[in-house]
Amino acid sequence: MATVDSTVRAAAPAGRGVDVAAGIGPYRLGLRRLRRNKTALAFGALFLLIVVLCLCAPLYADHVAHTSPNANHVTDTVTVGGVRKDVVSPTGQPIGPTWQGRFLLGADQNGRDIAVRLLYGGRNSLEVGAVATLITMVLATLAGVVAGFFRGAVDGVIARFLDLIWAYPVVLLGIALGTSLALGGITIGPLEIQGNSLMVPAFIIGIVYIPYVAKPIRGQVLGLREQEFVDAARVGGAGPLRIMWSEILPNLSSTIVVFVPLMIANAILLEAALSYLGAGVQPPNPSWGTMISDGIRLIPSAMHLTFVPGVMLVLAVLGVNVFGDGVRDALDPRARVRIEDVQEQAEVQR
Amino acid sequence: MSDVDRSSSLAKSGGRNPLLAVEDLRVAFRTEDGLVQAVDGVSFHVDAGEVLAIVGESGSGKSVTGMTLLGLTRSHNARFEGRAAFGGRDLVGASDDELRRIRGAEIAMVFQDPMTGLNPVQRVGKQIVEQIRAHEDVSKDAALERARGLLERVGIPRPTERLRAYPHELSGGMRQRVMIAMALSCEPRLLIADEPTTALDVTIQAQILEEVRRMREETSAGVILITHDLGVVADVADRVAVMYAGQIVEQGTLDELFYDPQHPYTWGLLGSIARVDRPRPTRLPAIAGTPPSLADPPHGCRFRPRCPHAFAQCVELPPLEARAGEAGHLDRCWLPVAEKREKRRVGGQIGLGEAA
Amino acid sequence: MTRFVVRRLCSMALVLFAISVLTFLIFQAIPNGDPAQRMAGRLSSPETVAAIRRTWGFDDPLWQQYLTTMKKIFTGEVISYTQQVNVLDEIRKGLPATLSLAIGAGILWLVLGVLFGLLSAVRAGGLTDRGLTVLAMVGVSTPVFLLGAVALYFLAFKVQLFPNGGYVPLTQNPADWAYHMILPWLVLSVLYVGIYSRVLRSNMLDTMSDDFVRTARAKGISERRVLVRHVLRNSLIPIVSLWSLDFAAVIGGGAILTESVFNLQGVGQYAAESIQQLDVPPVMVIVMLGAFFVVVLSAVTDVLFALLDPRIRLT
Repeated sequence: MATVDSTVRAAAPAGRGVDVAAGIGPYRLGLRRLRRNKTALAFGALFLLIVVLCLCAPLYADHVAHTSPNANHVTDTVTVGGVRKDVVSPTGQPIGPTWQGRFLLGADQNGRDIAVRLLYGGRNSLEVGAVATLITMVLATLAGVVAGFFRGAVDGVIARFLDLIWAYPVVLLGIALGTSLALGGITIGPLEIQGNSLMVPAFIIGIVYIPYVAKPIRGQVLGLREQEFVDAARVGGAGPLRIMWSEILPNLSSTIVVFVPLMIANAILLEAALSYLGAGVQPPNPSWGTMISDGIRLIPSAMHLTFVPGVMLVLAVLGVNVFGDGVRDALDPRARVRIEDVQEQAEVQR
Repeated sequence: MSDVDRSSSLAKSGGRNPLLAVEDLRVAFRTEDGLVQAVDGVSFHVDAGEVLAIVGESGSGKSVTGMTLLGLTRSHNARFEGRAAFGGRDLVGASDDELRRIRGAEIAMVFQDPMTGLNPVQRVGKQIVEQIRAHEDVSKDAALERARGLLERVGIPRPTERLRAYPHELSGGMRQRVMIAMALSCEPRLLIADEPTTALDVTIQAQILEEVRRMREETSAGVILITHDLGVVADVADRVAVMYAGQIVEQGTLDELFYDPQHPYTWGLLGSIARVDRPRPTRLPAIAGTPPSLADPPHGCRFRPRCPHAFAQCVELPPLEARAGEAGHLDRCWLPVAEKREKRRVGGQIGLGEAA
Repeated sequence: MTRFVVRRLCSMALVLFAISVLTFLIFQAIPNGDPAQRMAGRLSSPETVAAIRRTWGFDDPLWQQYLTTMKKIFTGEVISYTQQVNVLDEIRKGLPATLSLAIGAGILWLVLGVLFGLLSAVRAGGLTDRGLTVLAMVGVSTPVFLLGAVALYFLAFKVQLFPNGGYVPLTQNPADWAYHMILPWLVLSVLYVGIYSRVLRSNMLDTMSDDFVRTARAKGISERRVLVRHVLRNSLIPIVSLWSLDFAAVIGGGAILTESVFNLQGVGQYAAESIQQLDVPPVMVIVMLGAFFVVVLSAVTDVLFALLDPRIRLT
């Protein structure tokens, strides 16, 4: 396709005159581009900050707030600016942010420290998100590579299965599994998972998103398979496992890398939705979703109950989303000369 | 610059009044790797009824030259210098509105890949009609009838039915014919064909070139044929300009170029053609090295890093001059003409050879 | 064309069957726990559990259970044991609200999305463009129920601009119906407008560098015509397909989250409440019917898609 862009690109390989091919691999190039993207880096840092904060939940709980996430302080009082206030008033009104060590961000209607629950809940939400993403990426890559590589009957079965799970609306499937498993947990062979374990929502969310990743991977493997380097490897005596591992997988790595932040974002959001509905993380375990759910009922009087976990959730997801977007832009093999060029071109042409 | 003087004086003497006279055209793009000078001082002219072939590898600047004539390379990141005189106007400095009126009506362009060059969700007839009605005040039916006539003229069987076809329902050769028909629809005075046969197989290629030849005879339009394929050049061109690294390195008539080439790069191109009428070589000769970066071109003669005949003077950029005797035969090589005629004989035919 | 349609419908039927089996397995056949107990809910007596086991045939072979379950669902015989109501009746009551929400929001976000996408593609790099990118990013990162809660708080509670939730049937009072729906529509659309405008913008920018657009420009037609007739027309095609998928997703989930916040008493809210109480029968029925709806809609869209894009019909 001889567009201006490709013509210009062909005309400008890096370096002086002769030694062009002292190549910069796609990863180094991508990293360079990513480093130039200040916005993406900033948001990535934001996400990292939130993760670190949540991991420090026990530290915070012990040394700053001096309480635990599930401890009720309904009848306690706390001194704010010299005035003694009830943690939860006789009318059921919990205290708002005190901006000091104890009840930094206020309390909920059970007298629990919001800030502590926020961090523990965050830890839960992020843990569920991380495990779910791991499950999704591993199983989806497996399914996609096997289906795409072996084709035929194997592909038929796997592809149909993926289509089935995908045909099922994500939230509905999550609800179905969540409700069903919340009551009794699940036993896979010797492995028994309790209904209120964190692994249940992690498992559900992980499974639900497998087709989302597996289908593009399968498509890519189908294409890669036809390329000459695979034939070359086969002719060289490599078995299918070897080829999948050393030839196909490395070529998938940029796709996989791009998917990870996206999946983390999706997982956190789905967990919040499911927990909000009651089909995700089960009480008394806190998570941002359950906290929002608890808080919504009290919005008129105690807005901070919803607001605090809500803002945290949005910031975390926004952070990983913007960063993920940056990663995708950086690794995009179709990199146009500069997106601004095409934009300006459109503008000038008006 | 002396190049400009020489070729524009040529323009005045060669063709009576050339259809198109390009003077010292320069096109640069700002990219993330710096400023890329895609076209660096290109001058040539095209007369009515003649076919000028612009030859070069990808990255030589030939496509950018062609597209710039129609303003298709204009963008925020592009910088233009020089002139392109056409019908009393300068195309390089023309306003967008002026260009729009010229495009498709006075200067038409045919592109390389007809599959992607046509709108996939619009019927072929409609696409031709659209062009006609953009420039002439005719009814849809009249335009459609003209489109039908055009399809017939470019040799598409069953034109009435084909008008209603979608691009993907036509073969590659037919699609390209449609593109040509579309280009001819408003009877342009200049046709720019950018690699019109590259995406087609050889047999279709011949047919398309036949179309170009016929068109030139019937309408006396001028044609700029941009290609990397010397076979195509030999088939239809009257004059040839060879581009390398954004500059013209040799320019002349078809015979001059094929029988008395003056630039080592041209020798390399000619030498790498597989010829049916010669004994089969053990290995097809290729030009060593790779084309230079246009963001940072070599000093002096740009072909120097790859030229086995480079010598001391080559660190100075040779101007485009007539050294071989004929006024219209220009080249950019410091080598004395006699030496050139000797050095280009490699293994019984013209070629680049290796360093002495 | 007819062959395509027939094939699509056949595959749809297969998927529907598979979904019904999957739903059945999820609710009745999870290893561990007693399905009858699950169905009875949290607070249930042993008699109820035994009765359930009988009527639903949990002692029968699996395939027979499946048939019994299917029959019960599709003949409207499913009863919620905790609520003591017929599930299908409740669903029917909630349907108008859910449809109002989904259709209204769907139209809103499609129109706005296309509009903003077009604007931002044309004025690429400008303020509109950046603003929309920010909106899209935030929209994609905010759970809809959170946005709804915040919107309610600020716009209905603090400033009485909008009613504090609730649903008024269209047939009862159209103006009031719209008044109650505006905020839910906006909240639900905000999410998607950002995404759609970004997708359209990106499609259009991609298309603008496509060869046939270059050809169109070379033909000398006006820039506006190039934009609308060539670029937009080609860029819209994937948008339509995306829209139908998202519309189905709204029915299949988004509605559940929004309705409960705004107290719209729709099917979604019914589902949400049932989930809260871990009341299985309604959840099962709603999930099944919801998934069915999505699959059917997707098949219909594919057929419509084929009508729009002539290249597809040949496959």
